[in-house]
Amino acid sequence: MPVRVQEADFDLGREIAALRAGDARVGAVASFLGLVRDMNEGSGISEMTLEHYPGMTEKALEKIVAEAKGRWDIYDALVIHRVGRLLPCDQIVLVAVTGAHRGEAFAACEFIMDYLKTRAPFWKREATPEGARWVDARESDDSAAARWGKDPAE
Amino acid sequence: MTVQVLYFASLREALGLAGEAVQLPAGVATVGGLRDWLVGQGRDKLSTARNLRCAVNQDMAGLETPVRDGDEVAFFPPVTGG
Repeated sequence: MPVRVQEADFDLGREIAALRAGDARVGAVASFLGLVRDMNEGSGISEMTLEHYPGMTEKALEKIVAEAKGRWDIYDALVIHRVGRLLPCDQIVLVAVTGAHRGEAFAACEFIMDYLKTRAPFWKREATPEGARWVDARESDDSAAARWGKDPAE
Repeated sequence: MTVQVLYFASLREALGLAGEAVQLPAGVATVGGLRDWLVGQGRDKLSTARNLRCAVNQDMAGLETPVRDGDEVAFFPPVTGG
């Protein structure tokens, strides 16, 4: 399964080993690991809860991976996104891409992450000393996704 | 026609509702029409939510997207995963 949404933590080394296992065509693996920070918008964060839209989340992520495979000559891609309650330093998301060379792997990995940020239905709610609040979407995420050009789905 | 409506995140919290099955009158044919009809049913938050996003049958959609009998229509704020 190239896409997984789960409460459980994951092991980066094991996931990448599995992604490229036995595939001698692979000369490059690019990966991105997203983590929970203890600070956001000037407030201390003691914990975070990630909500998602079951069904659509998987569908959206699979579409993004398929789009990346169409744009770059990569062999495989993996997306793991956690949901539920998370604490600072916890792993939230992993995107890993295998390819023959680094250029395509780096680009596809960044593309998947940029599209995930604006198209996959996840929402973060963070606990701060001032109370719990929903995280606001950032305009910089929209511009990061927009630089990859027109989305054929739109 | 009947559609299943879902609400997520801050919108779900503001409405105090995760979803509802609604029976629509003739003439409601788009997501925008559905939203306006829901506002008329007391879901005021749908008209004031900033940057309201929507999906039909689990694909991102727009207010002009057609709504058909049996569809699943979701309303939610901009996504913040990753």
